[in-house]
Amino acid sequence: MTDASIPEGGKVTKSLVQLDARTRRRNAAEARFRAYGLTAIVIGFFFLITLMVAIVGNGVGAFRQSFITVEVFLDPAKLDKNGARDIEDIKKVSTFGYAPLIQNALLEAVQAAQPDTPIKKAGDTKQLISASALAAVRDHVIANPEEIGQTVEFRLLAASRVDGYLKGRVKREDVVRDKNINVEHLDAADALLAAGTLTRSFNPEFVLGADASESRAEQAGMGVSMLGSFYMMLVVLALSLPIGVAASIYLEEFAPKNWFTDLIEVNISNLAAVPSIVFGILGLSVFIQFGGLPQSAPLVGGLVLTLMTLPRIIIPARAALKAVPPSIRDAALGVGASRTQTVFHHVLPLAAPGILTGLIIGLGQALGETAPLLLIGMVGFVATNLPDGFFAGFMTPNSAMPAQIYEWAKRADPAFYERAWGGIIILLVFLLIMNFAAIVLRRKFERRW
Amino acid sequence: MYDAPYTERTTAVTDVKISARDVQVYYGDNHAIKDVNVDIQDKTVTAFIGPSGCGKSTFLRCLNRMNDTIDICRVLGKIELDGEDIYDKRVDPVQLRAKVGMVFQKPNPFPKSIYDNIAYGPRIHGLAKNKAELDEIVEKSLRRGAIWDEVKDRLSEPGTGLSGGQQQRLCIARAVATEPEVLLMDEPCSALDPIATAQVEELIDELRANFSVVIVTHSMQQAARVSQKTAFFHLGNLVEYGETGKIFTNPEDPRTESYITGRIG
Repeated sequence: MTDASIPEGGKVTKSLVQLDARTRRRNAAEARFRAYGLTAIVIGFFFLITLMVAIVGNGVGAFRQSFITVEVFLDPAKLDKNGARDIEDIKKVSTFGYAPLIQNALLEAVQAAQPDTPIKKAGDTKQLISASALAAVRDHVIANPEEIGQTVEFRLLAASRVDGYLKGRVKREDVVRDKNINVEHLDAADALLAAGTLTRSFNPEFVLGADASESRAEQAGMGVSMLGSFYMMLVVLALSLPIGVAASIYLEEFAPKNWFTDLIEVNISNLAAVPSIVFGILGLSVFIQFGGLPQSAPLVGGLVLTLMTLPRIIIPARAALKAVPPSIRDAALGVGASRTQTVFHHVLPLAAPGILTGLIIGLGQALGETAPLLLIGMVGFVATNLPDGFFAGFMTPNSAMPAQIYEWAKRADPAFYERAWGGIIILLVFLLIMNFAAIVLRRKFERRW
Repeated sequence: MYDAPYTERTTAVTDVKISARDVQVYYGDNHAIKDVNVDIQDKTVTAFIGPSGCGKSTFLRCLNRMNDTIDICRVLGKIELDGEDIYDKRVDPVQLRAKVGMVFQKPNPFPKSIYDNIAYGPRIHGLAKNKAELDEIVEKSLRRGAIWDEVKDRLSEPGTGLSGGQQQRLCIARAVATEPEVLLMDEPCSALDPIATAQVEELIDELRANFSVVIVTHSMQQAARVSQKTAFFHLGNLVEYGETGKIFTNPEDPRTESYITGRIG
């Protein structure tokens, strides 16, 4: 029996130090396969680096903005004709009333920085400053009416063309055809920068502010749409976690295995593959047209994203439950635990890391989803107003981060193109945080058996 | 040839604990257990032997209705525990399993502490009124499982960190913690080395004082060493059931003789 492995005659027929043809072929195949794998990884890594360089290179500029610091004389003759400092009188002065004050102050600043400037009229300086500056000054005056009559220093957003010129986006040769700005304005901007009147610094309003109209690229920010995404994620989390986990537990642990549960299983897999825009049109017809919920509300967006996310949560949750060894169930049943006790005391804790990972990846996908939101009216330009309170946030028309990025990307002004890339950076930071949380949670709950 | 040390044992005349009549088990269309009639006695170790796939484990799992968890499994016939039909519609399998404990082939401690492994059963059955009582149950069970001295200083460590033999004794301690009346063991030593096997066998002999033990085993030597009664299963039939001494020395059925002498199986 055991002597079958000894070659006939008891001699070794081949030398160990010489490779035979078969071994050489096998080693060559192995080396080839490793090379393929390495190539694939290198290509993937190359594209990742390219993507990262492109995103950061294009988007990081959006976080820096040009500001012009000017001393504005708050002329009582223009702002408070009666002199009574009555807040209602002050509110009657529209933003147009503030334009001459700011433009005069700006002209002074330009002439101080560049004595030979061809800009002679105060009205010609308006191309340097953001249209949002008027409202900013007016808001300040309404909040501090006692400052009327004084000269107050304001740090105002520069116009997006000026900002673009300093970032290299707007070229001197191009402004000839641009009716929004002239070469003398660019000269003035250079002089203001040299004089320290114009400064460039981090712009928190890009992260925290609201979207602005198409002509005010310098004012637009992600804050409000970020809030919209936050409310949607709350809705998705609150609905898809309990529904998804309950459905998976029922299907995996309690449901009888018959044609009906097979049908449900097949359909869950199919739903996970349904294009998200289909969920958008479903949400439009069911929640808005039939259910009467308001358009553009984060609540509706959250409901739609819940529908989209549920199958993507149920599938990994079921896989996690299935991966719990049956011996654990036997052990619990064997000491007289009921099926529910078995599931909640033993199976679910062991499946928790897998379920949580699936949940967070599902939430991450929902956070990055754009198409269904466009159909229910959560388009980017809606995100201009903050909600009035925490609960109002669910119903106040809003957008979401990816829809905001899409909105910016399709606007004509190239200044918005930069902001779209900047928005992508913010979105990616959120996704990285969520993936990191998934890893941390998995580590924390992981137990060996 | 079978020549393991064997001593004649007498079985004290005791009550019938479990009585099975005309039990049939089907897995889908497969008739796994055919017409099994057996009376298992109290305070006795009963061994089920037979070749792989003969249905001995299946029959064992019928005794505490663990087969209920398999959708395609059907059990017909009558199995009575102390005169009560365990397949009666009014019987809750959870209550049954508290009375009929089980130890599995592979040691399967919960991924929790040693203490919690033992305390889980008493907790869900409400056997302890307070922490002190629970501590007492845990200690008593671990002592019965012959593992107390090895783990008393590390009760809060995970049960999965023990060696295979210790894990199996922990599982036995866990099974006895709920004060069952019958203890079912499905090849409890198949994953253990000879030393751990000897410890578990010694333990089984001690458990006989308080429980009715039913053990499925592949090892005929083990059946001869630990049991007083032996049942030989073959192809789903209960071929022969009787005193262990008689089965191993003077079997009535030629199939039993073939099996214990190593000609079939």
